[in-house]
Amino acid sequence: MPSVDAVIWARGLSKRFGDLVAVDGIDFDIAKGESFGFLGPNGAGKTSTMRMIACMSPKSAGTLRVLGMDPETDGPAIRGRIGLVPQDDSLDLQLTVLDNLMIYGRYFDLPKRVIRERAERLLAFAELSERADDTVEPLSGGMKRRLTIARALVSEPDLLILDEPTTGLDPQARHLLWDRLYRLKSEGVTLVITTHYMDEAEQLCDRLVVMDKGRIAASGPPSALIDRYSTKEVLELRFLGADPPGEALRGIGERIEVLPDRVLIYADDGEGAMGEVTDRGVEPTAWLVRRSSLEDVFLSLTGRTLID
Amino acid sequence: MTTDLETWGIQHAQGARMPPSLRVLRYHLYTYLRTWRSSLTTSFLAPVLYLAAMGVGLGSLINHHVGTVDHVRYLTFVAPGLLAASAMQVAASDSMYPVMAAIKWIRTYYAMLATPLEVSDVLLGHFAWVTTRLVLTAVTYLGVMAAFGTVHSPLAVLAVPTAILTGLSFSALISAFAATQENDQGFATISRMGLIPLFLLSATFFPISQLPGWMHPLAYATPLYHGVDLCRMLTLGGVDWVSAAWDLVYLVALTSAGVLLSRRLFARRLVV
Repeated sequence: MPSVDAVIWARGLSKRFGDLVAVDGIDFDIAKGESFGFLGPNGAGKTSTMRMIACMSPKSAGTLRVLGMDPETDGPAIRGRIGLVPQDDSLDLQLTVLDNLMIYGRYFDLPKRVIRERAERLLAFAELSERADDTVEPLSGGMKRRLTIARALVSEPDLLILDEPTTGLDPQARHLLWDRLYRLKSEGVTLVITTHYMDEAEQLCDRLVVMDKGRIAASGPPSALIDRYSTKEVLELRFLGADPPGEALRGIGERIEVLPDRVLIYADDGEGAMGEVTDRGVEPTAWLVRRSSLEDVFLSLTGRTLID
Repeated sequence: MTTDLETWGIQHAQGARMPPSLRVLRYHLYTYLRTWRSSLTTSFLAPVLYLAAMGVGLGSLINHHVGTVDHVRYLTFVAPGLLAASAMQVAASDSMYPVMAAIKWIRTYYAMLATPLEVSDVLLGHFAWVTTRLVLTAVTYLGVMAAFGTVHSPLAVLAVPTAILTGLSFSALISAFAATQENDQGFATISRMGLIPLFLLSATFFPISQLPGWMHPLAYATPLYHGVDLCRMLTLGGVDWVSAAWDLVYLVALTSAGVLLSRRLFARRLVV
Protein backbone atom coordinates (compact mmCIF):
# COMPACT_ATOMS: atom_id res chain seq x y z
CA MET A 1 0.00 0.00 0.00
CA PRO A 2 1.12 3.60 -0.52
CA SER A 3 3.33 4.87 2.25
CA VAL A 4 2.12 7.85 4.25
CA ASP A 5 4.94 10.02 2.98
CA ALA A 6 4.40 9.29 -0.69
CA VAL A 7 3.08 12.31 -2.56
CA ILE A 8 2.81 10.20 -5.68
CA TRP A 9 2.59 6.41 -5.77
CA ALA A 10 2.35 4.45 -9.00
CA ARG A 11 2.28 0.72 -9.70
CA GLY A 12 2.00 -0.75 -13.18
CA LEU A 13 0.97 2.66 -14.49
CA SER A 14 0.20 2.49 -18.20
CA LYS A 15 -1.04 4.78 -20.94
CA ARG A 16 -2.13 3.58 -24.35
CA PHE A 17 -3.29 5.59 -27.34
CA GLY A 18 -4.92 3.00 -29.59
CA ASP A 19 -2.14 0.58 -30.45
CA LEU A 20 0.59 2.88 -29.23
CA VAL A 21 1.86 2.12 -25.73
CA ALA A 22 3.17 5.44 -24.40
CA VAL A 23 3.71 4.33 -20.81
CA ASP A 24 4.22 0.63 -20.23
CA GLY A 25 3.54 -0.38 -16.65
CA ILE A 26 5.90 1.78 -14.59
CA ASP A 27 6.35 1.83 -10.79
CA PHE A 28 7.62 4.80 -8.78
CA ASP A 29 7.16 6.63 -5.46
CA ILE A 30 7.83 10.29 -4.90
CA ALA A 31 8.25 11.47 -1.32
CA LYS A 32 7.16 14.76 0.21
CA GLY A 33 9.70 17.52 -0.33
CA GLU A 34 11.58 15.48 -2.88
CA SER A 35 12.75 16.76 -6.23
CA PHE A 36 12.09 13.96 -8.68
CA GLY A 37 13.03 13.76 -12.34
CA PHE A 38 11.77 11.88 -15.37
CA LEU A 39 14.58 11.77 -17.85
CA GLY A 40 14.42 10.51 -21.39
CA PRO A 41 14.26 11.38 -25.07
CA ASN A 42 11.15 12.67 -26.85
CA GLY A 43 8.55 9.95 -27.03
CA ALA A 44 9.82 8.12 -23.93
CA GLY A 45 6.47 8.61 -22.17
CA LYS A 46 7.46 11.44 -19.83
CA THR A 47 4.71 13.87 -20.78
CA SER A 48 2.05 11.15 -20.73
CA THR A 49 3.17 10.27 -17.20
CA MET A 50 3.06 13.94 -16.17
CA ARG A 51 -0.44 14.36 -17.58
CA MET A 52 -1.67 11.34 -15.65
CA ILE A 53 -0.15 12.66 -12.43
CA ALA A 54 -1.72 16.07 -13.08
CA CYS A 55 -5.12 14.36 -13.47
CA MET A 56 -5.48 15.69 -17.01
CA SER A 57 -5.30 12.33 -18.70
CA PRO A 58 -6.88 9.08 -17.47
CA LYS A 59 -4.58 6.09 -16.99
CA SER A 60 -5.11 3.03 -19.15
CA ALA A 61 -4.06 0.53 -16.46
CA GLY A 62 -2.31 0.27 -13.11
CA THR A 63 -2.71 2.12 -9.85
CA LEU A 64 -1.96 5.78 -9.24
CA ARG A 65 -2.32 7.80 -6.04
CA VAL A 66 -1.55 11.51 -5.93
CA LEU A 67 -1.53 13.30 -2.56
CA GLY A 68 -3.24 10.23 -1.14
CA MET A 69 -6.16 10.49 -3.57
CA ASP A 70 -7.27 8.67 -6.69
CA PRO A 71 -7.08 10.79 -9.88
CA GLU A 72 -10.00 8.86 -11.32
CA THR A 73 -12.44 10.07 -8.67
CA ASP A 74 -10.73 13.06 -7.01
CA GLY A 75 -9.37 14.92 -10.06
CA PRO A 76 -10.57 18.41 -9.10
CA ALA A 77 -9.45 18.03 -5.47
CA ILE A 78 -5.98 16.84 -6.52
CA ARG A 79 -5.60 19.53 -9.18
CA GLY A 80 -6.54 22.09 -6.55
CA ARG A 81 -3.28 21.20 -4.76
CA ILE A 82 -1.04 20.83 -7.83
CA GLY A 83 0.74 23.49 -9.82
CA LEU A 84 1.36 22.51 -13.44
CA VAL A 85 3.94 24.09 -15.72
CA PRO A 86 3.03 22.60 -19.11
CA GLN A 87 5.47 22.27 -21.99
CA ASP A 88 3.69 24.98 -23.95
CA ASP A 89 3.04 27.85 -21.58
CA SER A 90 -0.67 28.25 -22.49
CA LEU A 91 -0.53 31.84 -21.25
CA ASP A 92 -3.11 34.36 -22.40
CA LEU A 93 -0.87 36.40 -24.70
CA GLN A 94 -3.31 39.31 -25.16
CA LEU A 95 -3.57 39.92 -21.42
CA THR A 96 -1.08 41.46 -19.06
CA VAL A 97 1.34 39.55 -16.86
CA LEU A 98 -0.68 40.40 -13.75
CA ASP A 99 -4.01 39.51 -15.42
CA ASN A 100 -2.68 36.07 -16.26
CA LEU A 101 -2.06 35.44 -12.57
CA MET A 102 -5.39 36.96 -11.54
CA ILE A 103 -7.39 34.88 -13.99
CA TYR A 104 -5.61 31.66 -13.14
CA GLY A 105 -6.06 32.21 -9.41
CA ARG A 106 -9.75 32.78 -10.01
CA TYR A 107 -10.05 29.28 -11.53
CA PHE A 108 -9.15 28.06 -8.04
CA ASP A 109 -11.82 30.38 -6.68
CA LEU A 110 -9.27 32.33 -4.65
CA PRO A 111 -10.46 35.76 -3.50
CA LYS A 112 -9.10 38.63 -5.61
CA ARG A 113 -7.37 40.20 -2.62
CA VAL A 114 -5.48 36.99 -1.87
CA ILE A 115 -4.36 36.55 -5.49
CA ARG A 116 -3.21 40.16 -5.75
CA GLU A 117 -1.16 39.78 -2.58
CA ARG A 118 0.42 36.54 -3.80
CA ALA A 119 0.93 37.92 -7.32
CA GLU A 120 3.09 40.69 -5.93
CA ARG A 121 5.37 38.18 -4.20
CA LEU A 122 5.37 35.76 -7.12
CA LEU A 123 6.23 38.42 -9.67
CA ALA A 124 9.15 39.52 -7.52
CA PHE A 125 10.21 35.87 -7.27
CA ALA A 126 9.98 35.49 -11.06
CA GLU A 127 11.76 38.83 -11.61
CA LEU A 128 8.76 40.15 -13.50
CA SER A 129 7.58 42.92 -11.16
CA GLU A 130 8.56 45.60 -13.66
CA ARG A 131 6.53 43.90 -16.38
CA ALA A 132 3.35 43.36 -14.33
CA ASP A 133 1.23 45.63 -16.52
CA ASP A 134 2.74 44.68 -19.88
CA THR A 135 1.00 42.27 -22.23
CA VAL A 136 2.56 38.82 -22.34
CA GLU A 137 3.02 38.50 -26.11
CA PRO A 138 6.31 40.42 -26.52
CA LEU A 139 8.02 38.87 -23.48
CA SER A 140 11.07 36.66 -24.02
CA GLY A 141 10.82 32.87 -23.79
CA GLY A 142 12.53 32.89 -20.40
CA MET A 143 10.15 35.50 -19.02
CA LYS A 144 7.11 33.58 -20.27
CA ARG A 145 8.45 30.44 -18.66
CA ARG A 146 8.99 32.22 -15.34
CA LEU A 147 5.49 33.66 -15.58
CA THR A 148 4.11 30.18 -16.16
CA ILE A 149 5.91 29.00 -13.03
CA ALA A 150 4.58 31.98 -11.07
CA ARG A 151 1.11 31.15 -12.37
CA ALA A 152 1.42 27.53 -11.25
CA LEU A 153 2.39 28.78 -7.77
CA VAL A 154 -0.58 31.11 -7.36
CA SER A 155 -2.61 28.38 -5.65
CA GLU A 156 0.35 27.64 -3.33
CA PRO A 157 0.44 24.00 -4.39
CA ASP A 158 1.90 21.11 -2.39
CA LEU A 159 3.28 19.66 -5.58
CA LEU A 160 4.78 21.47 -8.58
CA ILE A 161 4.98 19.60 -11.88
CA LEU A 162 7.29 21.00 -14.54
CA ASP A 163 7.24 19.49 -18.02
CA GLU A 164 10.53 20.35 -19.71
CA PRO A 165 10.92 23.66 -17.89
CA THR A 166 13.96 24.92 -19.77
CA THR A 167 13.55 23.50 -23.28
CA GLY A 168 14.24 26.23 -25.82
CA LEU A 169 15.77 28.70 -23.36
CA ASP A 170 19.21 30.25 -23.68
CA PRO A 171 21.81 29.30 -21.04
CA GLN A 172 21.37 32.50 -19.03
CA ALA A 173 17.58 32.15 -18.87
CA ARG A 174 18.03 28.51 -17.94
CA HIS A 175 20.32 29.27 -15.03
CA LEU A 176 17.95 31.90 -13.67
CA LEU A 177 15.15 29.37 -13.83
CA TRP A 178 17.22 26.70 -12.11
CA ASP A 179 18.00 29.18 -9.37
CA ARG A 180 14.27 29.81 -8.82
CA LEU A 181 13.54 26.07 -8.73
CA TYR A 182 16.32 25.59 -6.16
CA ARG A 183 14.64 28.18 -3.98
CA LEU A 184 11.29 26.41 -4.21
CA LYS A 185 12.97 23.13 -3.37
CA SER A 186 14.60 24.67 -0.30
CA GLU A 187 11.18 25.92 0.78
CA GLY A 188 10.01 22.31 0.82
CA VAL A 189 7.90 22.25 -2.34
CA THR A 190 7.80 18.79 -3.92
CA LEU A 191 9.03 19.10 -7.48
CA VAL A 192 8.44 16.70 -10.36
CA ILE A 193 10.46 17.57 -13.41
CA THR A 194 10.70 16.04 -16.86
CA THR A 195 13.67 16.87 -18.97
CA HIS A 196 15.85 15.58 -21.72
CA TYR A 197 18.74 17.61 -20.48
CA MET A 198 21.23 15.64 -18.43
CA ASP A 199 22.73 18.67 -16.75
CA GLU A 200 19.28 19.79 -15.65
CA ALA A 201 18.54 16.44 -14.06
CA GLU A 202 21.93 16.44 -12.34
CA GLN A 203 21.37 19.98 -11.09
CA LEU A 204 17.83 19.73 -9.84
CA CYS A 205 16.88 16.17 -8.99
CA ASP A 206 17.41 14.29 -5.76
CA ARG A 207 16.28 11.16 -7.51
CA LEU A 208 15.27 10.31 -11.02
CA VAL A 209 14.11 7.61 -13.36
CA VAL A 210 15.48 7.20 -16.85
CA MET A 211 12.61 6.41 -19.21
CA ASP A 212 12.91 4.76 -22.57
CA LYS A 213 10.07 3.55 -24.81
CA GLY A 214 7.50 3.85 -22.03
CA ARG A 215 9.50 1.89 -19.48
CA ILE A 216 11.83 2.79 -16.63
CA ALA A 217 15.34 1.81 -17.66
CA ALA A 218 17.02 2.82 -14.38
CA SER A 219 16.32 4.77 -11.23
CA GLY A 220 18.19 6.36 -8.35
CA PRO A 221 20.03 9.53 -7.36
CA PRO A 222 22.01 11.04 -10.28
CA SER A 223 25.41 10.28 -8.72
CA ALA A 224 24.45 6.67 -8.00
CA LEU A 225 23.29 6.19 -11.57
CA ILE A 226 26.55 7.57 -12.88
CA ASP A 227 28.50 5.31 -10.51
CA ARG A 228 26.56 2.28 -11.55
CA TYR A 229 26.19 2.74 -15.27
CA SER A 230 29.27 4.72 -16.17
CA THR A 231 32.86 5.35 -15.14
CA LYS A 232 34.40 8.30 -13.38
CA GLU A 233 35.69 9.81 -16.60
CA VAL A 234 34.99 9.66 -20.29
CA LEU A 235 37.52 10.08 -23.06
CA GLU A 236 35.92 11.51 -26.21
CA LEU A 237 37.76 11.02 -29.48
CA ARG A 238 36.58 12.90 -32.56
CA PHE A 239 37.29 11.75 -36.08
CA LEU A 240 36.47 14.28 -38.77
CA GLY A 241 35.75 12.91 -42.24
CA ALA A 242 36.70 9.33 -41.35
CA ASP A 243 34.90 6.38 -39.83
CA PRO A 244 35.92 6.02 -36.18
CA PRO A 245 38.34 3.08 -35.86
CA GLY A 246 36.31 1.12 -33.30
CA GLU A 247 38.18 -2.15 -33.79
CA ALA A 248 41.62 -0.66 -33.23
CA LEU A 249 40.54 0.71 -29.86
CA ARG A 250 39.02 -2.51 -28.51
CA GLY A 251 39.98 -3.26 -24.93
CA ILE A 252 40.87 0.25 -23.83
CA GLY A 253 39.00 1.42 -20.72
CA GLU A 254 35.98 -0.40 -19.31
CA ARG A 255 33.65 0.12 -22.26
CA ILE A 256 33.70 1.70 -25.69
CA GLU A 257 30.81 3.37 -27.47
CA VAL A 258 31.26 4.01 -31.20
CA LEU A 259 29.06 6.82 -32.51
CA PRO A 260 28.89 8.12 -36.09
CA ASP A 261 31.39 10.95 -35.55
CA ARG A 262 33.18 10.03 -32.35
CA VAL A 263 34.22 7.29 -29.97
CA LEU A 264 33.54 7.40 -26.23
CA ILE A 265 35.90 5.46 -24.02
CA TYR A 266 34.66 4.93 -20.49
CA ALA A 267 37.57 4.79 -18.08
CA ASP A 268 38.31 5.85 -14.53
CA ASP A 269 41.50 7.45 -15.81
CA GLY A 270 40.81 9.30 -19.07
CA GLU A 271 44.38 10.57 -19.57
CA GLY A 272 45.74 7.07 -19.12
CA ALA A 273 43.29 5.77 -21.70
CA MET A 274 44.44 8.47 -24.13
CA GLY A 275 48.01 7.25 -23.64
CA GLU A 276 46.91 3.77 -24.75
CA VAL A 277 45.12 5.23 -27.78
CA THR A 278 48.35 7.00 -28.85
CA ASP A 279 50.38 3.81 -28.22
CA ARG A 280 48.14 1.99 -30.71
CA GLY A 281 48.90 4.61 -33.33
CA VAL A 282 45.33 5.95 -33.57
CA GLU A 283 45.27 9.71 -34.20
CA PRO A 284 41.91 11.36 -33.58
CA THR A 285 41.20 14.85 -34.97
CA ALA A 286 40.53 16.02 -31.43
CA TRP A 287 40.10 14.52 -27.98
CA LEU A 288 39.03 15.52 -24.50
CA VAL A 289 38.59 13.98 -21.09
CA ARG A 290 35.45 14.92 -19.17
CA ARG A 291 33.47 13.89 -16.12
CA SER A 292 30.96 11.24 -16.86
CA SER A 293 27.32 12.46 -16.95
CA LEU A 294 23.78 11.18 -17.12
CA GLU A 295 24.06 11.34 -20.89
CA ASP A 296 26.58 8.51 -20.59
CA VAL A 297 24.20 6.64 -18.30
CA PHE A 298 21.46 6.91 -20.87
CA LEU A 299 23.80 5.81 -23.64
CA SER A 300 24.94 2.84 -21.65
CA LEU A 301 21.36 1.87 -20.82
CA THR A 302 19.88 2.22 -24.30
CA GLY A 303 22.77 2.36 -26.73
CA ARG A 304 21.42 5.65 -28.08
CA THR A 305 22.20 9.30 -27.50
CA LEU A 306 19.50 11.62 -26.24
CA ILE A 307 19.84 14.11 -29.05
CA ASP A 308 17.29 13.14 -31.64
CA MET B 1 3.47 28.95 2.59
CA THR B 2 1.37 27.12 5.16
CA THR B 3 0.04 30.29 6.72
CA ASP B 4 -1.35 31.42 3.37
CA LEU B 5 -2.94 28.06 2.75
CA GLU B 6 -4.66 28.40 6.08
CA THR B 7 -6.07 31.82 5.29
CA TRP B 8 -7.28 30.41 2.00
CA GLY B 9 -9.00 27.55 3.80
CA ILE B 10 -10.67 29.91 6.22
CA GLN B 11 -11.89 32.15 3.44
CA HIS B 12 -13.37 29.18 1.68
CA ALA B 13 -15.13 28.11 4.80
CA GLN B 14 -16.63 31.58 5.24
CA GLY B 15 -17.56 32.61 1.71
CA ALA B 16 -19.83 30.63 -0.58
CA ARG B 17 -17.77 28.99 -3.34
CA MET B 18 -18.48 30.03 -6.87
CA PRO B 19 -19.67 27.12 -9.04
CA PRO B 20 -16.83 26.06 -11.37
CA SER B 21 -18.70 26.80 -14.60
CA LEU B 22 -19.34 30.36 -13.42
CA ARG B 23 -15.60 30.77 -12.85
CA VAL B 24 -15.20 29.97 -16.54
CA LEU B 25 -17.91 32.52 -17.39
CA ARG B 26 -16.07 35.04 -15.25
CA TYR B 27 -12.92 34.41 -17.29
CA HIS B 28 -14.81 35.13 -20.52
CA LEU B 29 -16.34 38.31 -19.12
CA TYR B 30 -12.96 39.43 -17.85
CA THR B 31 -11.13 38.94 -21.13
CA TYR B 32 -14.05 40.40 -23.07
CA LEU B 33 -14.03 43.57 -21.03
CA ARG B 34 -10.23 43.78 -21.23
CA THR B 35 -9.81 43.27 -24.92
CA TRP B 36 -13.05 43.74 -26.84
CA ARG B 37 -14.52 46.92 -25.43
CA SER B 38 -15.06 48.24 -28.96
CA SER B 39 -17.45 45.44 -29.92
CA LEU B 40 -19.98 46.75 -27.41
CA THR B 41 -20.58 49.68 -29.74
CA THR B 42 -20.70 47.36 -32.73
CA SER B 43 -23.40 45.24 -31.17
CA PHE B 44 -25.51 48.35 -30.78
CA LEU B 45 -24.69 49.76 -34.19
CA ALA B 46 -25.43 46.59 -36.15
CA PRO B 47 -29.17 46.47 -35.44
CA VAL B 48 -29.55 50.19 -36.12
CA LEU B 49 -27.78 49.83 -39.46
CA TYR B 50 -29.62 46.68 -40.48
CA LEU B 51 -33.04 48.03 -39.57
CA ALA B 52 -32.31 51.37 -41.22
CA ALA B 53 -30.97 49.84 -44.44
CA MET B 54 -33.23 46.80 -44.81
CA GLY B 55 -36.32 47.97 -43.04
CA VAL B 56 -36.47 51.66 -43.84
CA GLY B 57 -34.47 51.88 -47.06
CA LEU B 58 -35.49 48.68 -48.84
CA GLY B 59 -38.78 48.70 -46.95
CA SER B 60 -40.02 52.00 -48.35
CA LEU B 61 -39.36 50.67 -51.85
CA ILE B 62 -41.28 47.47 -51.13
CA ASN B 63 -44.14 49.22 -49.36
CA HIS B 64 -44.39 51.60 -52.29
CA HIS B 65 -44.46 48.94 -55.01
CA VAL B 66 -45.83 45.82 -53.33
CA GLY B 67 -47.68 47.15 -50.33
CA THR B 68 -47.54 45.18 -47.11
CA VAL B 69 -45.78 41.86 -46.50
CA ASP B 70 -47.85 39.42 -44.44
CA HIS B 71 -50.19 42.34 -43.71
CA VAL B 72 -47.51 44.56 -42.12
CA ARG B 73 -45.06 47.06 -43.51
CA TYR B 74 -41.73 45.57 -44.56
CA LEU B 75 -39.72 47.05 -41.66
CA THR B 76 -42.05 45.39 -39.18
CA PHE B 77 -41.86 42.13 -41.10
CA VAL B 78 -38.10 42.00 -41.46
CA ALA B 79 -37.12 43.18 -37.95
CA PRO B 80 -37.87 39.94 -36.01
CA GLY B 81 -36.16 37.97 -38.77
CA LEU B 82 -33.03 40.06 -38.34
CA LEU B 83 -33.26 39.59 -34.58
CA ALA B 84 -33.16 35.80 -34.89
CA ALA B 85 -30.55 35.84 -37.66
CA SER B 86 -28.27 38.13 -35.63
CA ALA B 87 -28.54 35.77 -32.69
CA MET B 88 -27.42 33.00 -35.02
CA GLN B 89 -24.46 35.02 -36.25
CA VAL B 90 -23.26 36.13 -32.83
CA ALA B 91 -23.56 32.60 -31.44
CA ALA B 92 -21.82 31.07 -34.45
CA SER B 93 -18.90 33.47 -34.43
CA ASP B 94 -18.36 32.96 -30.69
CA SER B 95 -18.37 29.20 -31.18
CA MET B 96 -15.87 28.93 -34.03
CA TYR B 97 -12.57 30.82 -33.74
CA PRO B 98 -12.70 31.37 -29.95
CA VAL B 99 -13.19 27.61 -29.38
CA MET B 100 -10.39 26.77 -31.79
CA ALA B 101 -8.15 29.32 -30.07
CA ALA B 102 -8.89 27.89 -26.65
CA ILE B 103 -8.06 24.39 -27.89
CA LYS B 104 -5.15 25.01 -30.24
CA TRP B 105 -3.84 28.54 -30.42
CA ILE B 106 -3.90 29.93 -26.88
CA ARG B 107 -4.79 26.59 -25.27
CA THR B 108 -6.89 28.30 -22.60
CA TYR B 109 -8.92 25.13 -22.08
CA TYR B 110 -5.81 23.19 -21.13
CA ALA B 111 -4.80 25.91 -18.68
CA MET B 112 -8.28 25.63 -17.15
CA LEU B 113 -8.18 21.84 -17.01
CA ALA B 114 -4.93 21.94 -15.02
CA THR B 115 -6.93 23.60 -12.23
CA PRO B 116 -9.92 22.14 -10.35
CA LEU B 117 -12.11 22.87 -13.40
CA GLU B 118 -13.42 19.96 -15.48
CA VAL B 119 -14.48 19.59 -19.11
CA SER B 120 -18.17 20.03 -18.27
CA ASP B 121 -17.33 23.26 -16.40
CA VAL B 122 -15.34 24.54 -19.35
CA LEU B 123 -18.20 23.72 -21.71
CA LEU B 124 -20.99 25.09 -19.52
CA GLY B 125 -18.94 28.24 -18.94
CA HIS B 126 -18.56 28.60 -22.69
CA PHE B 127 -22.32 28.27 -23.24
CA ALA B 128 -22.99 30.64 -20.35
CA TRP B 129 -20.74 33.15 -22.07
CA VAL B 130 -22.46 32.68 -25.45
CA THR B 131 -25.78 33.13 -23.64
CA THR B 132 -24.53 36.36 -22.12
CA ARG B 133 -23.57 37.63 -25.55
CA LEU B 134 -26.98 36.59 -26.86
CA VAL B 135 -28.81 38.38 -24.05
CA LEU B 136 -26.94 41.58 -24.90
CA THR B 137 -27.61 41.15 -28.61
CA ALA B 138 -31.30 40.27 -28.29
CA VAL B 139 -32.11 42.96 -25.74
CA THR B 140 -30.31 45.60 -27.81
CA TYR B 141 -32.10 44.44 -30.94
CA LEU B 142 -35.49 44.47 -29.33
CA GLY B 143 -34.80 47.92 -27.91
CA VAL B 144 -33.84 49.26 -31.32
CA MET B 145 -36.88 47.54 -32.87
CA ALA B 146 -39.14 49.24 -30.34
CA ALA B 147 -37.51 52.55 -31.16
CA PHE B 148 -38.25 51.92 -34.85
CA GLY B 149 -41.86 51.18 -33.89
CA THR B 150 -41.89 47.56 -35.08
CA VAL B 151 -43.02 45.95 -31.83
CA HIS B 152 -46.76 45.27 -31.89
CA SER B 153 -47.34 42.96 -28.95
CA PRO B 154 -46.30 42.72 -25.30
CA LEU B 155 -45.41 39.09 -26.13
CA ALA B 156 -42.43 40.59 -27.96
CA VAL B 157 -40.53 40.33 -24.65
CA LEU B 158 -40.53 36.57 -25.25
CA ALA B 159 -38.66 37.14 -28.50
CA VAL B 160 -35.56 37.71 -26.36
CA PRO B 161 -35.43 34.16 -24.93
CA THR B 162 -36.47 32.83 -28.33
CA ALA B 163 -33.55 34.55 -30.03
CA ILE B 164 -31.23 33.28 -27.28
CA LEU B 165 -32.47 29.74 -27.79
CA THR B 166 -32.04 30.07 -31.56
CA GLY B 167 -28.49 31.25 -31.03
CA LEU B 168 -27.72 28.46 -28.57
CA SER B 169 -28.92 25.79 -30.97
CA PHE B 170 -26.28 27.00 -33.42
CA SER B 171 -23.67 27.50 -30.73
CA ALA B 172 -24.04 23.95 -29.44
CA LEU B 173 -23.70 22.35 -32.88
CA ILE B 174 -20.89 24.60 -34.06
CA SER B 175 -18.93 24.26 -30.79
CA ALA B 176 -19.15 20.48 -31.17
CA PHE B 177 -17.85 20.82 -34.72
CA ALA B 178 -15.07 23.21 -33.64
CA ALA B 179 -13.86 20.67 -31.08
CA THR B 180 -13.13 18.22 -33.89
CA GLN B 181 -11.16 20.62 -36.10
CA GLU B 182 -7.41 20.84 -36.55
CA ASN B 183 -7.49 24.29 -38.21
CA ASP B 184 -9.93 27.05 -39.05
CA GLN B 185 -10.65 26.09 -42.68
CA GLY B 186 -13.88 24.31 -41.74
CA PHE B 187 -15.29 27.55 -40.33
CA ALA B 188 -15.17 29.31 -43.70
CA THR B 189 -17.09 26.38 -45.17
CA ILE B 190 -19.69 26.55 -42.40
CA SER B 191 -20.17 30.25 -43.05
CA ARG B 192 -20.35 29.96 -46.82
CA MET B 193 -22.38 26.77 -47.08
CA GLY B 194 -24.40 27.06 -43.90
CA LEU B 195 -24.84 30.40 -42.23
CA ILE B 196 -25.09 32.69 -45.23
CA PRO B 197 -27.68 30.56 -47.12
CA LEU B 198 -29.66 30.22 -43.88
CA PHE B 199 -29.46 33.94 -43.29
CA LEU B 200 -30.83 34.62 -46.76
CA LEU B 201 -33.36 31.81 -47.14
CA SER B 202 -34.91 31.13 -43.74
CA ALA B 203 -37.81 33.55 -44.07
CA THR B 204 -35.61 36.31 -42.67
CA PHE B 205 -36.14 38.68 -45.57
CA PHE B 206 -39.28 37.29 -47.23
CA PRO B 207 -42.05 34.80 -46.38
CA ILE B 208 -41.15 31.20 -47.01
CA SER B 209 -44.07 31.03 -49.47
CA GLN B 210 -41.88 32.99 -51.91
CA LEU B 211 -39.46 30.06 -52.14
CA PRO B 212 -40.08 27.34 -54.75
CA GLY B 213 -42.19 24.53 -53.30
CA TRP B 214 -39.35 21.95 -53.17
CA MET B 215 -37.37 24.23 -50.88
CA HIS B 216 -40.08 24.48 -48.23
CA PRO B 217 -39.18 21.25 -46.39
CA LEU B 218 -35.54 22.31 -46.56
CA ALA B 219 -36.26 25.68 -44.98
CA TYR B 220 -38.52 24.01 -42.44
CA ALA B 221 -35.70 21.68 -41.41
CA THR B 222 -33.35 24.50 -40.42
CA PRO B 223 -33.26 25.94 -36.90
CA LEU B 224 -33.13 29.52 -38.10
CA TYR B 225 -36.52 29.20 -39.79
CA HIS B 226 -38.13 28.20 -36.50
CA GLY B 227 -36.37 30.98 -34.62
CA VAL B 228 -37.52 33.54 -37.17
CA ASP B 229 -41.05 32.17 -37.22
CA LEU B 230 -41.36 32.30 -33.45
CA CYS B 231 -39.78 35.75 -33.08
CA ARG B 232 -42.04 37.08 -35.81
CA MET B 233 -45.25 35.75 -34.25
CA LEU B 234 -44.24 37.13 -30.87
CA THR B 235 -43.38 40.65 -32.03
CA LEU B 236 -46.32 40.99 -34.39
CA GLY B 237 -48.88 39.44 -32.06
CA GLY B 238 -51.26 36.86 -33.52
CA VAL B 239 -49.44 33.78 -32.28
CA ASP B 240 -50.42 30.46 -33.83
CA TRP B 241 -49.83 28.41 -30.69
CA VAL B 242 -49.56 25.06 -32.44
CA SER B 243 -46.83 26.12 -34.82
CA ALA B 244 -45.20 28.10 -31.98
CA ALA B 245 -45.09 24.92 -29.90
CA TRP B 246 -43.49 23.05 -32.78
CA ASP B 247 -40.89 25.78 -33.22
CA LEU B 248 -40.09 25.62 -29.53
CA VAL B 249 -39.87 21.83 -29.37
CA TYR B 250 -37.64 21.82 -32.42
CA LEU B 251 -35.24 24.43 -30.99
CA VAL B 252 -35.09 22.85 -27.53
CA ALA B 253 -34.49 19.38 -29.00
CA LEU B 254 -31.76 20.59 -31.34
CA THR B 255 -30.04 22.59 -28.60
CA SER B 256 -30.11 19.66 -26.18
CA ALA B 257 -28.72 17.31 -28.81
CA GLY B 258 -26.01 19.84 -29.63
CA VAL B 259 -25.03 20.28 -25.98
CA LEU B 260 -24.77 16.52 -25.46
CA LEU B 261 -22.75 16.15 -28.64
CA SER B 262 -20.36 18.92 -27.69
CA ARG B 263 -19.97 17.45 -24.20
CA ARG B 264 -18.83 14.24 -25.85
CA LEU B 265 -16.58 15.82 -28.44
CA PHE B 266 -14.99 18.30 -26.00
CA ALA B 267 -14.12 15.42 -23.67
CA ARG B 268 -12.76 13.36 -26.56
CA ARG B 269 -10.59 16.26 -27.68
CA LEU B 270 -9.42 17.63 -24.34
CA VAL B 271 -9.00 14.57 -22.13
CA VAL B 272 -6.79 12.02 -23.85
